[in-house]
Amino acid sequence: MTAIRLSVYRYQPDRDAESRPAASDAKPFMQTFEVEAPPGMMLREALLAIKAQDETFAFRHSCGEGVCGSDGVNLNGTNCLACITPIAELNQPIQVRPLPGRPVIRDLVVDMTQFYEQYRAVEPYLIRKDPLPEQEIRQSPEDRDKLDGLYECILCGCCSTACPSFWWNPDKFHGPAALLQSWRFLADSRDQATEERLDALEGPYKLFRCHSIMNCVEVCPKGLNPTRAIGKIKELMLEQSV
Amino acid sequence: MAAARSLPHRHFDALIIGAGGAGLNAALRLAAADLRVAVVSKVFPTRSHTVAAQGGVNAALANALPDNWHWHMFDTVKGSDYLGDQDAIETMCREAIPTVYELEHAGVPFSRLDNGRIYQRAFGGQSQNFGGEQAARTCAAADRTGHAILHTLYQQNLRAKTHFFDEHFAVDLIRDEEGVTLGALVLDIESGEPLIIESKTTLLATGGHGQVYRTSTNAFINTGDGMAMALRVGVPLQDMEFYQFHPTGVAGKGMLITEAARGEGGYLINSEGERFMERYAPNALDLASRDVVSRSIVTEIREGRGCGPNQDYVLLKVDHLGADVVHQRLPGITDICRVFLGIDPAKAPIPVFPTAHYAMGGIPTDRHARVVAPARHGPEEVVPGLYAAGECACVSVHGANRLGGNSLLDILVFGRAAGTDILSYVAENPNHRPMRDAHLEPAIARLARWERQGEGERVADVKAELRRLMEDHCGVFRDQATMAEGVEKLKALRERVEGVRLRDHSQTFNTARIEALELDNLVDVGMATLMSALHRDESRGAHSRVDYPQRDDERWMKHSLYQREDDRMDYKPVRTKPLTVDSFPPKPRVY
Repeated sequence: MTAIRLSVYRYQPDRDAESRPAASDAKPFMQTFEVEAPPGMMLREALLAIKAQDETFAFRHSCGEGVCGSDGVNLNGTNCLACITPIAELNQPIQVRPLPGRPVIRDLVVDMTQFYEQYRAVEPYLIRKDPLPEQEIRQSPEDRDKLDGLYECILCGCCSTACPSFWWNPDKFHGPAALLQSWRFLADSRDQATEERLDALEGPYKLFRCHSIMNCVEVCPKGLNPTRAIGKIKELMLEQSV
Repeated sequence: MAAARSLPHRHFDALIIGAGGAGLNAALRLAAADLRVAVVSKVFPTRSHTVAAQGGVNAALANALPDNWHWHMFDTVKGSDYLGDQDAIETMCREAIPTVYELEHAGVPFSRLDNGRIYQRAFGGQSQNFGGEQAARTCAAADRTGHAILHTLYQQNLRAKTHFFDEHFAVDLIRDEEGVTLGALVLDIESGEPLIIESKTTLLATGGHGQVYRTSTNAFINTGDGMAMALRVGVPLQDMEFYQFHPTGVAGKGMLITEAARGEGGYLINSEGERFMERYAPNALDLASRDVVSRSIVTEIREGRGCGPNQDYVLLKVDHLGADVVHQRLPGITDICRVFLGIDPAKAPIPVFPTAHYAMGGIPTDRHARVVAPARHGPEEVVPGLYAAGECACVSVHGANRLGGNSLLDILVFGRAAGTDILSYVAENPNHRPMRDAHLEPAIARLARWERQGEGERVADVKAELRRLMEDHCGVFRDQATMAEGVEKLKALRERVEGVRLRDHSQTFNTARIEALELDNLVDVGMATLMSALHRDESRGAHSRVDYPQRDDERWMKHSLYQREDDRMDYKPVRTKPLTVDSFPPKPRVY
């Protein structure tokens, strides 16, 4: 087994009870660790190995297989999901930082509040106005196929925190993750709030700050395409306004 | 640690601990009725482990093949090896149908049949007409059904304006002298500050405890928190010896490969290329119950017919189904195989091994999700104000072995049942009961214990040892000597936990402290599992004793109850009487 070196971002606002520096003294720094790397090792396992050496190291993670979306981090400058990102081939030391553009709470843990607020802002739930049938609302397989590539989002935040438009205007621009969900409901043949959804996206920021830079597509660990979804929303807006 | 008096208090009608399918379905019912609901979750809700459920949710919709809830009930009773409570099973199988329609109306993106109805696939242990032809009862959103359901429920809760305490860890329940639950002490993980949530009712919906095993399909967060909280307020755990090993975890790694792989036509082969399930389950073959398939795989390997250089796994073949079926119906496992094994399952077979997966046992409840515990008048006495639902609970609908597709169903039906019962409880008990400092002391002491400084063993080391111990002493096949040794080792390990110390006493997002609190929980549920298993000297469902290979209905058709105090075992009868139909009496279980 070979050892690999990782340089990880550390920031601890309150080191501990005895040696706590004044809040202003707490500065972020990069710390290098060496861990044993079995073949096929994922970044999450390397982070766990670091935590085994130093329990003060903090990061979020849970399912270990890319479905819970907890462990979005920045690896050598690119956002990824730690649990499904192999690291054997990378140049060392491997640089691991928190998702960019968000306030850091501690080490790799960032404050995702604004990201979730933008998600909530697009009313990410099915809105049905007709009375509900006793059984399922029918949907053809073709209509259901339109949701593929949309509903699978795991809200890891890799896309929005890689988006320059979201960096500049996280309070006003919904960002790729939220807009992907917006299209997920617009594209659902069962949803009956198209007009309201489109109206709510009017204005220069919420939707139109997307400049098709496509960082979101590059980094999405689930292979989804928010830029395309945003384009579809714009097309639909145009269609509806004619 | 702050004195009890100075801690902030918040007040709610209902406190829900856990934001998986059970917690969120209960919350939705309550928020829609305008109750003040708090959902406490140690992770952001969509990170809850429901998200990882793959194959689907059972309901006798009869969309693909003829079906009816009574057949579903028969299969579930048989699957449970006759340990399931038939009143609860009838409730679940009847409720399944409106429950799935309700989910669909809420927006779950189910896969569809050509006629626009919900897609249903075959799963293990399903039959038409009480043991006849294979049924197709599992409603699926590709192989991402749990993700689709969890996200939908969270989204609908946003709409209903449920109050979420994200990234808050529940430390312990708070009870008064009369045994009424008053709420819980929780820890804000980000700030490190404790908070008292006073609530008229409390629902434990914390999921399973797969992290007690070294190799598991479960997430890091599945540490039995709710079960251990129940134990610490004197509620026993029921049927903990029945722990399901899923036949098809990725060998050596543990990621789940859904039963849907076999439901769609996949099958298992040994090193000789033989489809060995033909010998163990001539009718159901690879879709026999999970306990049966897991034992068959382990037997093949023990008898030298395992695959690979160490002959320590078997192969799951789906490569004959064609790339279209595999990639369209099983996209999630296609991803898992590509990422973790570097193979395309449409081209190469998948190495699999039975992997710790699911707790049939848990906090004893009735079919209204009310926690029941032995008190003054027998084992079924309702604990006032306390509810449990989902994997942490034991209703019991799964008995000794759960059928695939019944777990998502369980969380939804009984999460909702909890919500319904809470509504009437709060209507009858509209006032908060007084909470005094003395009621808080045990919970605060538990938190304070981890403030101790100095030298000591590390949390991670003891946890790793616990997980290996459980795997070695309480696995697929069990015997007296191995388990007795396991209990002794676990008792010694439990003593050692006293001497474990944290190095990190910081406040902000201290994950080491959370893991320490989880270790306490894992040790308690591990002991419940091992003790219950040691005492049951028969084989039933997932509990397979080499030294007692037969089921013994005369002596053992009863539920185990483990009490934390003195590690005491107790028992109560199985409820064999359904609500409206005839009982299914125990029969030999063949597939």
